[in-house]
Amino acid sequence: MTVAVQGRARKERRDREPRAGLIARLRRSYDQHWYAWVMCTPVVVVLAVLVGYPLVQGVILTFTNANSLNVGRTIGVNHIPDSYTWVGFQNYVDLLTGPDNQLVPHFVWTIVWTVLCVVLTVGTGLGLAVLMNRKMRGRAVYRMLLILPWAVPTFVTVFSWRLLLSDGGAVNGLLGALHLPQPSWLSDPLAMKVAAILVNTWVGFPFMMLSFLGGLQSIPSELYEAAEMDGATPWQRFTQVTLPGLRPVSSTVTLLGIIWTFNQFNVIYLLFGANGTDSVQILVTYAYELFFGQMPQDYAGSAAVGVICLSLLVVFTGFYRRWMNRNEAAA
Amino acid sequence: MSTLTTADRPVGVGAAKPARRPLLRGERGRLASVGLHGLLTVAAFVAAFPVAWILYISLGAGKDDYLHPGRILSRMTLSNYSFVVNHTGFGTWMLNSLIVGLGTMAVGVLISASAGYAVSRMRFPGHRPLMYTFLLTQMFPVSVLMVPLYKIMANLGLLDTYQGLILVYCSTAVPYSAWLLKGYFDTIPVEIDEAGRIDGLSPFGTFWRLIVPLAKPGLSVAAFYTFLTAWGEVAFASHFMLSADKYTLSVGLQTYISQYNSQWNYMAASAVLIAVPAGVVFYLVQKHLVAGLTAGGTKG
Repeated sequence: MTVAVQGRARKERRDREPRAGLIARLRRSYDQHWYAWVMCTPVVVVLAVLVGYPLVQGVILTFTNANSLNVGRTIGVNHIPDSYTWVGFQNYVDLLTGPDNQLVPHFVWTIVWTVLCVVLTVGTGLGLAVLMNRKMRGRAVYRMLLILPWAVPTFVTVFSWRLLLSDGGAVNGLLGALHLPQPSWLSDPLAMKVAAILVNTWVGFPFMMLSFLGGLQSIPSELYEAAEMDGATPWQRFTQVTLPGLRPVSSTVTLLGIIWTFNQFNVIYLLFGANGTDSVQILVTYAYELFFGQMPQDYAGSAAVGVICLSLLVVFTGFYRRWMNRNEAAA
Repeated sequence: MSTLTTADRPVGVGAAKPARRPLLRGERGRLASVGLHGLLTVAAFVAAFPVAWILYISLGAGKDDYLHPGRILSRMTLSNYSFVVNHTGFGTWMLNSLIVGLGTMAVGVLISASAGYAVSRMRFPGHRPLMYTFLLTQMFPVSVLMVPLYKIMANLGLLDTYQGLILVYCSTAVPYSAWLLKGYFDTIPVEIDEAGRIDGLSPFGTFWRLIVPLAKPGLSVAAFYTFLTAWGEVAFASHFMLSADKYTLSVGLQTYISQYNSQWNYMAASAVLIAVPAGVVFYLVQKHLVAGLTAGGTKG
């Protein structure tokens, strides 16, 4: 399938050439770059068909009142056509100012969740990477064990956390033995939020740790030697050599961490299930609830929440990259 | 492993002098050693405990044994495993998941490697927007794409097929792998390509015969990432795989939860069985993991 589409895409490009007018330049560009384009074509086609086009469709859906009753579908041999209608910005207006005003509390919680999770995962990852980046006994074993949360699929580990955190589970058993309060992690709103953040940190830190470990190894040792000659203390070496040296890694993984955490669906959904209380849902799981958690399923509302998430992230990424570039230019 | 040891730097000369001077790298007192190992042991314990716990729970036969873990010790049994394997669709689900996971791995690594190589080596018009698009696709929430994607899959006849699910997973896993691999290819000297071109290889030949073998660490990390993405995904699989004989593990497990609602012991046993293939893939690539991720991270 990919092959056929690939051929078509190339032909389209050839079609475009004369239309553009600057035939000679385009031909030269084409001669020079056709293989680069060919190598990118499979990815571009897959992304265009399976991400780009659905995205446009999804954005269009947000301006309609589509739900599971009026979207076209095929039941056996009968085809039911689409019957939803255009409602303009009604979905967005409802979400932002509607009677139950759901969006704002979810939005605030999503921000808190993202900030805390990213700070915790990046902090833990960096700390452990610095600890691991030296000669010592048993480093291979430590590394093996520390990567486990990433290597084992989330729906397995989160299920284990569910058992551990349940009332009368191992975590509360431990807290009880220490004479500490035993919150019900899976039903009390505040405890649920704490549990979600901790579990997500547990799931997320190995990736950060490995990335930082790689980054640490790419810092030239001459820099450390020079710092030592100048009599820098370990702490000064950390802040003056290690942290600036890690900046390319940390800026990338922080951005990825923010995006992934903001869109983190699995942890919250699997930890609390679809019937979990409302307050712990971040925007993404809230959109999923609108989508599948009720009858009729509110496709348009769900897509509208999704579009809001997406635009927030795009705007944020734009600012973040500009900020990073300015920092790099200043350095 | 080799990548780690190269980072060990020689200890500075004059380390034995007792004068008051800052500690050099590679030096640490006895107390610091104890602290270091203590911290790492705690961290490793916290990281490994939930995984070990589920393994332990899966050995208890009673459905409430997770509340009384002490009971399991005296009567460990593999009965949960035999039940899960023999009396449920577990084998089929596992097979489906393997097909989809390995398929995603093969297709995803191949196309992301070729795109990553093109972006890394060739300054063609459009390579910057392409990288930005890769980043952008990481941000798409499932809920915007679900309905339109469902329709497209239906129109292309890809609903309820392995190919369909593989393509969907590629669209989520490929952008990050392409990014990662681009970073890794950047670390391979361009002179190697030039030598290949002078000796008469085509651009594709250079890529396939020279660069791919050199990029094994990066490729294996990308393979690990794409496989795990496909292996653990829940939302798309549960809406695109409709017939029971096409269920992947994550979907199959959901039917299972409702069927045996409170029987956590069976859940635990299947969870352990699910973790095994992921662990095998992980074990195969783990020595490349740091090297592969580094390149991707530093050259974002």
